[in-house]
Parts: sequence; structure tokens; C-alpha cells
Amino acid sequence: MSNYQIKENPEVYDAIVVGSGAGGGMAGYILANAGLKVLMLEAGPFFDPAKDALQLRWPWESPRRGASTTRPFGDFDAAFGGWQLDGEPYSKAAGTEFEWFRARMLGGRTNHWGRISLRMGPDDFKPTDGVTEEWPISYDEVKPFYDRVDRMIGVYGSVEGIRNEPDGIFMKPPKPRLNELYISKGAKKAGVPVIPGRGAVLTESSSEIKGRGTCFYCGQCGRSCKVYADFSSSSCLVIPAMKTGNLKVIDNAMVREILTNDEGLAIGVSYVNTTDLSEYSVKGKTVILGASACESARLMLNSKSKAHPAGAGNSSGLVGKYLHDSTGASLSGFLPQLLDRKRYNEDGAGSVHIYSPWWGDNAKLKFPRGYHIEYGGGLHMPSYGFLNWVPNVNGSVPGKDGQAQQRGGYGSALKEDYRRFYGANVGMAGRGTALARKDNYCEIDPNSVDKFGIPVLRFHYKWASEEVEQAKHMQETFQSIMHEMGAVITSTIPGADTSYGLEAPGKIIHEGGTTRMGNDPKTSVLNKWGQAHDCKNLYVVDAGPFVQQGDKNLTWTILALSMRTAEYILSEKNKLNS
Amino acid sequence: MNRRDSLKALGLIAAGSGVLASSCKPESKQNGVDANENAATDTDKLPGVQEFEHERNKQLHAETFFTKHEMATITVLADIIIPEDESSASASQAEVPAFIEFIVKDMPSNKTPMRGGLKWMDIQCQKSYGNVFIKCKKEQQIDLVDKIAYPDKATPEMQQGVAFFSLMRNLTSSGFYTSELGVKAIGYQGNKPGVWNGVPAEVLKEHGFDTESFFG
Repeated sequence: MSNYQIKENPEVYDAIVVGSGAGGGMAGYILANAGLKVLMLEAGPFFDPAKDALQLRWPWESPRRGASTTRPFGDFDAAFGGWQLDGEPYSKAAGTEFEWFRARMLGGRTNHWGRISLRMGPDDFKPTDGVTEEWPISYDEVKPFYDRVDRMIGVYGSVEGIRNEPDGIFMKPPKPRLNELYISKGAKKAGVPVIPGRGAVLTESSSEIKGRGTCFYCGQCGRSCKVYADFSSSSCLVIPAMKTGNLKVIDNAMVREILTNDEGLAIGVSYVNTTDLSEYSVKGKTVILGASACESARLMLNSKSKAHPAGAGNSSGLVGKYLHDSTGASLSGFLPQLLDRKRYNEDGAGSVHIYSPWWGDNAKLKFPRGYHIEYGGGLHMPSYGFLNWVPNVNGSVPGKDGQAQQRGGYGSALKEDYRRFYGANVGMAGRGTALARKDNYCEIDPNSVDKFGIPVLRFHYKWASEEVEQAKHMQETFQSIMHEMGAVITSTIPGADTSYGLEAPGKIIHEGGTTRMGNDPKTSVLNKWGQAHDCKNLYVVDAGPFVQQGDKNLTWTILALSMRTAEYILSEKNKLNS
Repeated sequence: MNRRDSLKALGLIAAGSGVLASSCKPESKQNGVDANENAATDTDKLPGVQEFEHERNKQLHAETFFTKHEMATITVLADIIIPEDESSASASQAEVPAFIEFIVKDMPSNKTPMRGGLKWMDIQCQKSYGNVFIKCKKEQQIDLVDKIAYPDKATPEMQQGVAFFSLMRNLTSSGFYTSELGVKAIGYQGNKPGVWNGVPAEVLKEHGFDTESFFG
């Protein structure tokens, strides 16, 4: 490296935003629209769903027919990345597990997410269970921001009046598919409520939402939407913010360190261009991290200086601690009532049509908090492996002629079974509150670096009895719903030996808590505005600030809190100017 | 933008997609035996496909894994699993053997089970009928398939064959029902812009659901 040099950009930006997902995108959008000069750094390439989405492609347009060899959710899925990235490893302490999903692209994981848009409720911010910790803010303080996110981005749903499942400002929800009607009926019999889904998809046009199309029901939100009918940070926040002329995006820019001065204030960041490996530094008056909970923590821990010997913002020693994902477990089956079903286009919306909000009485249970249930199945687009279950179960019901038959088979009889069983499948998956614990954490691995020379994360994460009990409860609930709707269970029912099918931490891709907010600088990293206690112009706007997530998918809360933080930054600037 | 504007915007996109779709269409062939020779041509890079993915696809298409004999065996087997009948074309008519050639290179853990399984079948046929599988009479081929196609009635010495046949059956159904012919055969009606107003009334009635209420 004889000609090694760092290219310094002389411009001083009002704000540097690291990451372009839900948190970074919203902060960039608010600040750019308020007239601040904002620089956004994204580790992956530029991505515009209008041009880059693989929406409406047929399975035969993929040589692997949509299989998940290079993309974890299949060849057409919008996420560039996955649980493993070439040259960007992470490690796990012996006896612990964590799977870290990263999408390197403009908009990050919002390009492929399920668009399930749930608000955390009053009891999620101020828990009453005596186990989980409370936030420094209440639902009432966040509600105005949720309302504005609903209006600005758009969400469908139904007003239900459930205390801890707060209603929003909803567009009309899509009607249930046929299997979802059977599920709703069965669930109700099993004592489990089912309500219309809540998703960030425009089912109606709105005078408050410009430049986006309305949903045309291809059911492919996971591929990202060419007409911007669903929420991706790329299409709905970053690209519109660029049009103000105040937001500049540099893509393929992997941030190495937050640069601080002798007083401990952030003065900018250094980054490496991932395509040619040249090094840069840029200056900013405010640095905002929205790189994802673990990536932001990694960046803070890697930013050591005299003023911040343990890493920027880490005088509490808590950066990386309290890492928590959601719990997840699932069960599959099929409905004999749906065999040989009539064909019609049932793609629907690409987010959930129905779900079960948590209904349980924890006084009778061995775990605090709870989970919600998402449902699947139906006449979906064929893709690799979608009929593999049929020869395993076609012996479980009589043939078309009423005669008992053996499972397996070949030839015309098997072809008839494929046609007969297609669309009769049902699936259910629980997503629940995993406890934020100090001893579940990520830290810098002292022994290894990534291909850019940046020290990597080492994870320490173990499930405890609360999460396992929750998964057990999920499996019991799933079986009871399957039974009540007359379904045949096709998956192996997981038992204690597999922790009841509880997915490894990280698999649900809801990680948060690594830079938690709080009023006490000794027990938290950020204050209630997302501002580092010990580095006043450093903010975090991803899921790092979450004290304890509920069973509600994170994105809507990331958006609301990032909006709130961005407006706090504006108000602080105004105070200085006045 | 309302739904009509969405569809208009999409109209332009759909035209582009049609062009790409037709250039991806495999040429028609008698069977899939020599599929490798044409495979390298159907690797147009779609927008949104990453460079490394495209390079990998091209590289896999350029490699050959199965021998001519193995491909011929795969073709016969695939057509036993998905034969031509009044409901649809056969697996080989939908280029399934070429898909299987690609997918085992894409997922190399399938290479040994497939190669070994094909060999296992030839050995079984050699012992029982004095010939390799493809040279056996149709009844002899079916006789062997009957011994490995039904897991619950297969004898213990046929278990390896059952495992192989299950893999072969899954690859065949994947390849066939994701092809243009297969998507039609399974009756999938979607992947086109429209409006979802819920389950059609006649279907709701057939299944005993109320046509008015949201949850039937």
C-alpha cells in the first residue's frame, strides 16, 4: 500500500446518516425536507424498485426456478445479502447462537420485508409483567409519530379497539383468501382471535401520498414494488428525499469509524469504497446511525479515541448488550376441504391478510408477554420445491375414487395428486417477545476482521426458559387451530428436544436493543431522543434504541422513533440558532 | 397515483418483461438429452440480478455434470414421473432434464445422491433384468419404479432407491410445475395486475361461507 491515502471531503454536512433502511431513510427524509444538507452513506449498491425489482417475473425466468441458493428467500426476493456475506464474517461464542441477516443495498431490508406494520402498545412501552423493563417514553408520546407515519407512508388495517394493539389511520384491508377463512373459523373455535392484517401497502390512493401507485395485487411485496405501492425506504423515503436537492447518497460506502474530537463530539466518519477499496473521510455536524442494531453497535465499538476509550457512545459499557430478536416457531398442514379447489387468482396483497394479536392471560402461563400469529398457504405462484410435500402426504386421505392409497407414487396418478393438493396447504408462524437480557450481546471479536480490515462482531446469545415456554405454547396453539379447522398436520410436530421448533436467534430478523435508550447514563447508551448520553451529536435511529420490543414487528416503531429523533435534532439546531 | 395510473406505469414495464421472457424461452427439442449445448444461451442478465449471481449462473451453465448416459436415464425417469397424458405435456417436453442438470450444479449436495442413485438403479436392473435401466423393457422399468416409489411398502433393501426416487421426484415436479407448461397445468391464475375483491362468490358458497361478511 505505497500510495495509501485518505481522501478528505472538505464539505461539512449538517448531518451524516449511516444506512438507508427504515431508520436512516426516515431521518434523511425529515432532515432533507427541513432544508439541512444531508449525506447518506450506504454500504451496498443503489437500488430503485422501479427498475431493479424482479416483480412479475415468472418462475422459469430464474434458472433455479426461484430456489434460495444465492438469496435466502429465493431468486426473486429483493434482499441483496442474507445471513452470510462473502468476506464479511461474524463469530459466535462457544455454546451460543446468532444468525445475522444483512441486506447491502439502498433501502436495506425494507425492500423485502413482510410489510407487517404493527404499533407497539401502551403495555409494550410500560410493561406490567414485572419482568421486562420499561422504556423512558410512553405510547402516548410516540402515538403522534405513529399517526404521521400512517398518513405519510400508508397502512391498511381495521379499527379493533384492542388495548395493547393500538389502531392506526388505516386504509381498507384486503379480504381473506379461502384458506384464511377456514383458519379464522378454526382459530375462533380454538379461542384465538383473528383480525384483518395490518400492512404498509397502498390499497387506496391518498391525497397525502404523492408519486406512488396503488396496489394491483400481485402478492409479491417481497420482491419490492415497481410502482412503489408498498413501503420500501428506497422508494418512499430516500429517492424522494434526494429530489429535494438536500440529500446526497454515496453507495458502496462501508463506514469504518465515527471520527470524534478531543471534546468527544463527533466530527464525521471515515469509510471505504467497497468497489475500489479507496478510503475517504467526510465531515458532519451531526452523525446519525441507522446501519441496523448490530452494525451500528459494531461501528460505535470500533470508534475508539482518547475521549471514548471504549468506543463512541459507550461510556456505559452497554453498547451491544441487551441484543434481542423475536421468537419464532411454525407448523404446516393442509385442509382436506380444499382438495381439488376451483382455480382463480388469489395472489392478493403481499403483506398479511389476517393475523392473531396476542390474546393470552399471562397469569396462567410460564412466560411474560406473548406472541402474534401470521398465517400462510393458498394458490400461490409455483416456485422451486412448492409441491415437495404432496408425495409425503397423499396417502393420508382417500384418493379421488374414495379408495385408500399409498403415499408417494408417479405418473398420471401422481400428477392428479399434485393438482389436487395444490393450494390446500396452510401454515402458521408465531412471532413473540424475546426478553432483552444484558448477557445476550454482541462485541468486537478480538481475533478477526472483515475483508475491509474492519473488526467483526462476535455474538453471545442463548434462549432461556421464557422463550422456550413461549414456543411450546405456540405449538399447542397451532395444533389446536389445525384440529378445529379439520386440517391434517404435515410437518413433524417439534418437541422438547428441538425447543419446540424455536428458531435460532437472528432468524426472525427483528434484532434490536444494542444501544438502548434510558434516562440513566449508567444503564443506557442513548437518552429518550436516541441521542448518545456521552456524545451529544451522535444519534441512533435503527432498532438499537429499543429497550424491549413487543411481539410487534419492529419497522413501524423504527419509523416513528426515527421521525421523532430527526425532529429533536431540528429543534436542537433551532435552539442553537436562536 | 390511482390504480389506473399504476397499471399504466406498469404497462411500459410489462412490455420490457415480455421481451426478456421470450428471449429466455428454451428452444424446442425432442428430448432433454443434449440440453447442455443450448443452456448457455438462456442466461440474459435481468435488471436487479447482481453481477456475482449472473456470473455464477453463466459459469454453472458452462459446466457439464451428467454424462450422456445419465441424462438419458434422467429423461426416461422424469417422463415416468410426469408422463404426457390428457392433462398436460411430459417432463422432458418441458425441458426438465436440463433443469435437473442445472440444479445439481447449483446445489452440489445433490450431485452424489443423483449420480449414485442413477448407478444404483442400473445395478438393480442389471441384476434383475440383465440390462441397464434405459435398455430395459418398459414393464421392467416400471417394475423397479414400483419398488421404490411408495416409501411405506418398499422393502428394506430398496430404501436407498426410495431416497433417490424421492429426490428425483421432487426435482422433476419442481422443474415441471415451474415451467411455462407446468404453471398452466397446475392451474395457477395469478402474476398479473388486477384487483383482489376476496374469494369469488360461487367459491364462498361452495365452501359454505357467507358472501357478505369479511370473515365469511
